Amino acid sequence: MAVSSSNATSTVMNNVEAVRATLYEALKNDDRTVILGEDVGARGNVFLITKDFINEFGSQRIIDTPIAEASIVGIAVGMAMEGLRPIAEIQFADFIYPAFNQIVGEAAKTRYRSNGEYTCPMVIRTPYGGGVRGALSHSVSIEALFYHVPGLKIVAPAFPADVKGMLNTAIDDNDPVLFLEHKKTYRLIKGEVPDGHYTIPFGKANVLKEGTQLTVVSYGLYVHWALEAAQKLQEEGVSVEVIDLRSIRPMDKGTILRSVEKTRKLLVIHEDNKFGGIGAEISAMVAENALFHLDAPIRRLCGPDVPAMGYALPLEEEFMSSPGEMAEAMRELVRF
Amino acid sequence: MAPRVDTSFERHGLTDEQLVTLFRVMLTHRTLESRGFQLNRQGKIPFASAGEGHEAVQAGAALAFERGTDVLVPYYRDLGLNVGIGLSPYEVLLSLFGRAADHSAGRQFPHHYASRKLGLYSISSIIAAQLPHAAGAAYAIKLRGERRAVLTTCGDGATSEGEWHESMNFAAVHRLPIVFLVENNEWAISTPLAKQMAQPDIYKRAEGYGLPGVVVDGMDPIACYAAVKSALDRARSGGGPTLVEAKCYRFLAHTTDDDDRSYRSREEVAERRKGDPVPCFERTLLERGIMTEGEVEALKRSVLEEANEATDRAEAMPYSQAHDLYTEVYADGWEPWRDIDG
Amino acid sequence: MAKTDVKTGKLERYGLTDDQLRALLRNMLLQRQLDNRGFQLNRQGKVPFALGSEGHEALQAGAAMAFDRGKDILAPYYRDLGLCLGIGLTPYEILLSIFARASDHNGGRQFPNHYSSKAAGLMSFSSILAAHIPHAVGAAYALQYRGDSRRAVLVTCGDGTTSEGEWHESMNFASIHKLPLVMLVENNEWAISTPLEMQMAQPEIWKRAAGYGMPGLRFNGFDPIETYGVVKDAMDRARSGGGPTLLEGMCYRYLAHSTDDNDMTYRTKEIVQERRKNDPVPRFEALLVEYGIMSEKDVDAMRKDVLRETNEATDAAETQPYPQASDLYTHVYEGAWEPWQ
Repeated sequence: MAVSSSNATSTVMNNVEAVRATLYEALKNDDRTVILGEDVGARGNVFLITKDFINEFGSQRIIDTPIAEASIVGIAVGMAMEGLRPIAEIQFADFIYPAFNQIVGEAAKTRYRSNGEYTCPMVIRTPYGGGVRGALSHSVSIEALFYHVPGLKIVAPAFPADVKGMLNTAIDDNDPVLFLEHKKTYRLIKGEVPDGHYTIPFGKANVLKEGTQLTVVSYGLYVHWALEAAQKLQEEGVSVEVIDLRSIRPMDKGTILRSVEKTRKLLVIHEDNKFGGIGAEISAMVAENALFHLDAPIRRLCGPDVPAMGYALPLEEEFMSSPGEMAEAMRELVRF
Repeated sequence: MAPRVDTSFERHGLTDEQLVTLFRVMLTHRTLESRGFQLNRQGKIPFASAGEGHEAVQAGAALAFERGTDVLVPYYRDLGLNVGIGLSPYEVLLSLFGRAADHSAGRQFPHHYASRKLGLYSISSIIAAQLPHAAGAAYAIKLRGERRAVLTTCGDGATSEGEWHESMNFAAVHRLPIVFLVENNEWAISTPLAKQMAQPDIYKRAEGYGLPGVVVDGMDPIACYAAVKSALDRARSGGGPTLVEAKCYRFLAHTTDDDDRSYRSREEVAERRKGDPVPCFERTLLERGIMTEGEVEALKRSVLEEANEATDRAEAMPYSQAHDLYTEVYADGWEPWRDIDG
Repeated sequence: MAKTDVKTGKLERYGLTDDQLRALLRNMLLQRQLDNRGFQLNRQGKVPFALGSEGHEALQAGAAMAFDRGKDILAPYYRDLGLCLGIGLTPYEILLSIFARASDHNGGRQFPNHYSSKAAGLMSFSSILAAHIPHAVGAAYALQYRGDSRRAVLVTCGDGTTSEGEWHESMNFASIHKLPLVMLVENNEWAISTPLEMQMAQPEIWKRAAGYGMPGLRFNGFDPIETYGVVKDAMDRARSGGGPTLLEGMCYRYLAHSTDDNDMTYRTKEIVQERRKNDPVPRFEALLVEYGIMSEKDVDAMRKDVLRETNEATDAAETQPYPQASDLYTHVYEGAWEPWQ
């Protein structure tokens, strides 16, 4: 469980605890908030994020749904249109595809198609990402499939403090938000989380480490590894700036451009596969706005363009980029 | 051998040998599943899932399956069904260990088997996603006028998915040669039947689609054999689809990653264990004089030895290599960027 | 057509007053007139698209009358012009939608017949079949959760939609939670070009209700009074905690699917003509005259009035301005719409 740190105004938590604490606060503070999804009740979600919530808030607010993802999201849309603030959970991001229409065709378009008369204030939370031996159906990254969609917001915070602040923002937001939680960071990543209610705005990246020779943009699990690699390079005398994107749609243009104009080199690192990925949009934006500031081609270190990471360890390891590989990609680009 | 005393014993035309086969499949099922859990606890494999309580329905259904003719589109809790139609314990262990020689080359989660030779379709972990595939395969069989059928399975949880409904409806419209076998174990991970559906008899939905619905005691391998056999026979002979609901139970947690104590009591599980199909069927075979205690012991030893041998062999096999990540993406290469002229 | 009590020879009118019966007819006449108007405007090249619900008039007028304005919620589909009229939308609003004008509820964004009005309790929906049914279920859940007693959700769809997975998921969820919801299927026997027998192996959709553990009922959707009675019962049950009902109203689609469809490619003129004999509009006119609720002259006057109202609405809507180019960028999100910030 979360432990209070010496600093009375914050608490050390991992990412699971940060999600849990934020959901708890939302349920406590606003009785319009309901959670619906598979195994969120007695089981308390497969990662125990909602453990015991059903005992405190009742089965009307903590809804164990049948296994039917399209309607989990669709019912949440109707709840939102009718004034509740639903938080829908897709048990694993890999299971979200049956709900594609409800997210892309319905939730993201409700405000627009009704000219603002109806809105869809809802959060869809889902654990994504690999490195946990999840094989083809418990490892995928889904952000690129959805970030093309106007009307939808997508965030992928990587640190417990960001998880809390951005989940609060997502819950308060009057539009549908896809809230991505990297499942490998759930228990791996711990950090100080300020006590009390606070929000972190969407569309604001975070400069984790300042540097002068190269800008690295990443998010999710990889931002931790990119930071580790950059710190290693610091010892070698190479100065790398690491930006945690945090918010995928909207995306922070200013922070990226200011950094690239300073370092003159850009490396985007993400776990999702490369073709048409988040890195493609970042690269295009930088090419459109800061081409003549660049001293080297933009580089991307991404998952390979294969359908999924396999179950067998070597297949997963090949798919994932390691901190060592990230360091090597950084060195190479700095040398260019 | 003891004389057969009970003439009322309904064996649906099964020979003694077939009854013993049923039992062997059930024992193999249980033994291999335990092996998965053991290997997980030993830290040798990251994951295993279990179908304890499903042994009877799967052994029975497998016996009704016509090898070399029918198609099986299973779900991930069908180890016994797969073994029953011809998958070897060695192949099961290759899957558990995720080795290169596994049918998916170690890509898939354990128990996601596929074997073209056996008529066993490749499946994902996504609930109900296999059911439209089964309907499509049955359509192909019907279109070609073949005397074959598709057996497809799912748990009770999958019947809540839209694709279950769409598949049932399509199969009924086209009177496809297909049997939908629902292994109703009362639990969708932590969600009990009462939270999955307002009325608990899934077979009753069949009428709404205009196809026959049958319910069977999923703890009785002979009854399951008979129900699936008659449905598959009807399917093969142009009689159209059937929905078979087998009532069974999931004795273990959903997977090695699940702790079922959070959502059901030990008492409930202990009570249901009294109906455990493996010892129950063992008793039946002994009481009817089809096997002696000595034969049962020998069978158990043989199954265990086979499992041990398969474990050792599979464990010694190599993993896939890193470059295997890039094969079988398309028929030609994997890179999305092409330079055809360059 | 409407049942007559055999003993008394009186019309079975489910408690409807003469005024209400006349309102039913007016709604039906208005539906038909507005449907025609959409097709006319399309043929005149004034609007690119129109969609007709001829054959659904009785069903929609009857169901709308069972709707409690200001309380209930309607989650319709795109062939529900009459239902939307019946719960309070005006002909002018319909014409704004057909002309896609700026003052349309959707600001001219949606296809015609895709109305929404928060004031009327009319939920916004897309053209995607069955996508709105989980929304209706979610709204019903919200009513139940808040303890909004005496309110219910009326959700409609065609026969074609019952083949969608979301239809099944919604029915199942509504029955598990005993939600205040009425699922009204307007079975017109055609999913664009696909006849019922290619859509389902047994054609009685109401029979699926038993599989979900909820009541199911089929009724004559050509009879506005029977429709009212059946829908009223189901809505009353929903409002009083009795849970959901599946209703199947039998009707027919006389016109092609839309102005872009040619139904003669998949059904014959003769079939449609044969079914026209049951056309609910002239039959209900005749019934009201037969029972002395209206004279022929009254009916004639009503027709004229409906035409006048339609003409006025057409003229008023046509002169309204289109949305402006800049309106493309509003209501993407609550605030700014640019993905780069």
